[in-house]
Amino acid sequence: MIAMDATDRAFLRALVEDGTLSAGELGRRTGLSQPAAWRRLRRLIEGGAIRGRRVVLDRPALGFSVTVFLGVKLATKGRVSLEDFERAVTAIPEVQTVQHVLGLYDYRLRVAARDLADFERVLRRRILTLPGLGQVDANVLMSEERRPGPLG
Amino acid sequence: MQIDDTDRRILRHLLAEPGLATADLAERAGVTAATCWRRLERLRAEGVLKGQEAILDWRALGYEVEVSLRFTLDKTDPRAFDDFIAAARMVPEVLEIQTFVGRVDVRLNVIARDMGHYQEVYRARILALPHIADIEALMHVATIKDSEVLPL
Repeated sequence: MIAMDATDRAFLRALVEDGTLSAGELGRRTGLSQPAAWRRLRRLIEGGAIRGRRVVLDRPALGFSVTVFLGVKLATKGRVSLEDFERAVTAIPEVQTVQHVLGLYDYRLRVAARDLADFERVLRRRILTLPGLGQVDANVLMSEERRPGPLG
Repeated sequence: MQIDDTDRRILRHLLAEPGLATADLAERAGVTAATCWRRLERLRAEGVLKGQEAILDWRALGYEVEVSLRFTLDKTDPRAFDDFIAAARMVPEVLEIQTFVGRVDVRLNVIARDMGHYQEVYRARILALPHIADIEALMHVATIKDSEVLPL
């Protein structure tokens, strides 16, 4: 775990809002010189605090107006079936996220589709044919917001 | 706004690697740097490209537990969704708020430092949220795939 002070947290808060901020801009906002800000930023990246960047898009404008979350339960369990399932499900381009979870389901999938008809096609052709698939439960996303998280 | 194949190609490469410099992005998309820059500017101006956010690794920041909490709300109160979401925004450990049509009404992604801390957040903050009819918890074990790539 990486140790952080108030300035590190301010850096992360700013980067969660805008991941493209330069070390110079981060420095200006926190009263650090550009090289000092750069060293801090490097430390945060090398320490693994920042995993990467996410492009924020207007999905409907690009023709993707439907996002569905699927809760998936496998019919058969065992190491091999988990691996087969994971390999097959990650290869589906419409499946954006695959999370292995504990609870009511085994996996949680985020599926991007153009519309409900397109989602039905993905569901029938790609999801329902996955190896080892058991029960599937679908929830259509209406709204979504990301929060900055506990950064003080 | 009309999106053509060149826009889609640029976006595909940008989504796959958000940190790319415009010149590299142009090369991958097979367009000149000037075209690439112009296209990105237009996508930004039209609001298709909304920006970039840093993705934090909460595990590296000392948050070992991640739970997906799925809520059914008591919808006899017309303000149930608004009240619930406004209150959920006040909980720093909440990373995502999503609303759905389906069996689940709202989902919160909640992180905690460890199980003890999770219990604390759950009892003191989550159970205090208004209009809850039912809660289901899914504990995250692993993220197998997490991509923002759309099958453009």
